[in-house]
Amino acid sequence: MKNFISKKVEVMQPSGIRAFFDLVLGMKDVISLGVGEPDFVTPWQIREAGIYSLEQGFTSYTSNKGLYKLRLGLHKYLKNKYGVEYCPDEEMLITVGVSEGLDLVLRTICNPGDKIIIPQPSYVSYGPVTELAGGVPVYIDTTKDNCKLTPEKLEKAIDKKVKGIILNYPTNPTGVSYRRKELEELNKIILKNNLLCISDEVYGDLTYDFEHVPFATLPRARGNTIYLNGFSKTYAMTGWRVGFVCGPKEIIAGMTKIHQYTIMCVSITSQMAAAEALASGEKSLQEMKREYKRRREFVITELNAIGLSCRNPEGAFYAFPSIKKTGFTSMQFSQVLLKEEKVAVVPGPAFGACAEGYIRISYASSMDNLKEALFRIGRFIRK
Amino acid sequence: MEEILEILEKDARTSCEDIAKMLKKKPQEIKAAIKKYEKDGVVLRYKTILNKELVKGDDSSVRALIEVNILPQKDLGFEKIAERIYSFPEVSSCYLISGTYDLLVIIEGKNIQTVSSFVAEKLSCLENVRGTTTHFLLKKYKEDGVILKHREENKRIAISY
Repeated sequence: MKNFISKKVEVMQPSGIRAFFDLVLGMKDVISLGVGEPDFVTPWQIREAGIYSLEQGFTSYTSNKGLYKLRLGLHKYLKNKYGVEYCPDEEMLITVGVSEGLDLVLRTICNPGDKIIIPQPSYVSYGPVTELAGGVPVYIDTTKDNCKLTPEKLEKAIDKKVKGIILNYPTNPTGVSYRRKELEELNKIILKNNLLCISDEVYGDLTYDFEHVPFATLPRARGNTIYLNGFSKTYAMTGWRVGFVCGPKEIIAGMTKIHQYTIMCVSITSQMAAAEALASGEKSLQEMKREYKRRREFVITELNAIGLSCRNPEGAFYAFPSIKKTGFTSMQFSQVLLKEEKVAVVPGPAFGACAEGYIRISYASSMDNLKEALFRIGRFIRK
Repeated sequence: MEEILEILEKDARTSCEDIAKMLKKKPQEIKAAIKKYEKDGVVLRYKTILNKELVKGDDSSVRALIEVNILPQKDLGFEKIAERIYSFPEVSSCYLISGTYDLLVIIEGKNIQTVSSFVAEKLSCLENVRGTTTHFLLKKYKEDGVILKHREENKRIAISY
């Protein structure tokens, strides 16, 4: 048969841990700490708004940019919460989750060979999506710096071909986040080199030890920042697929062109529900956040007690302990743990080669599950 | 320390050790705080929420909501008469209500007859009770924030980025 597959797709590496995922999915009665989404169901009033919109007959396309009601809601929300203003007409786009937003921005800015800096460990899609857009990922290993990007490492990675950087904080998979001071130092370098900061802040509302600082609110940062966020993690709405992008109008206009030809618009039901989330979701959000924070304290205390050293993650719902002292590789550890104790975790290298020796543990799981899973991990370590 | 209450309200079985880990405190501190809540009457009891429909061999209870009209007493208002009513062991809840009646009394009994005779023989003939309206409860869907059906299965896929 003729090979119909394009070169670009052919050279793309499939995720190396697909086989491990299949193993987990094929097993019964596993306690999974490998889930990258909230264990809460979308709060009822938000679900109800989706149902109501269907009853009312809202089943059409929306504007390419997204429902005006939702954009206006976002405008107010961002202004009140962070003091940053984006024009709902020209500086905002509703996307199919942050994933689409990221794809759009990279396709909009990358000429062939343009470099994009990606600190690792990082979310799995950043590299491949950059490559699909014609860009070249430049990875920075942050594992020696507590999984935080330092200004020195950033500066060292910059050359003439570097066009932008993808920042993600709080970070999936490490839970790391940055305080204002740290961000300001990074911003100085970004501005000095006139880079675009693509800031994925989808876990921003799940920051526990200090206030989350959107990159766009730093001095003079707004013009060089694409702010990506969504409803998935904040309001437990992963399956609804609603995200949004804010940024300079020229870039948003470029992104909107691709979006209108490829996606057209986000599902109207989801957008209606998202508008309700903005209007009434704060209380549920705060409840979920308090619950995550308690689980975090519990998980980190337990992990360190059983001998898997783990830094305190400032946000998201992930712990990223080192398993180096067990002598296993991340993959071996995960496989044997699954086989012997029926607990699933994600091996670190899924998030970049530099994350060998780590595993990702998601604490988006009930306290009962977490307690049992950590007991089993402890028993496994002592064997 | 209000967060201790939030944790206990969700799951009263959570141990002091686990609460301590969740809140980054010492177990002794948690123990002391809970003791104080109990002593001050903030925490009254630890109960189990049952779905009685599923309890085998238990076909006993009938529940009724009774609206009670009261003639308030001088100086005492509703307090004294409310106390006389809620002290009956058949009364599971009792609330003072604004609107067209005064007390909402929830009664639990073996069957309709027991409830009726309680209303007729005990409640209605109390001095100051001017009238009652009884509503029998047909089905419980949700009680004190708990939906009375089996826990739903987890619908998430077991592993994802």
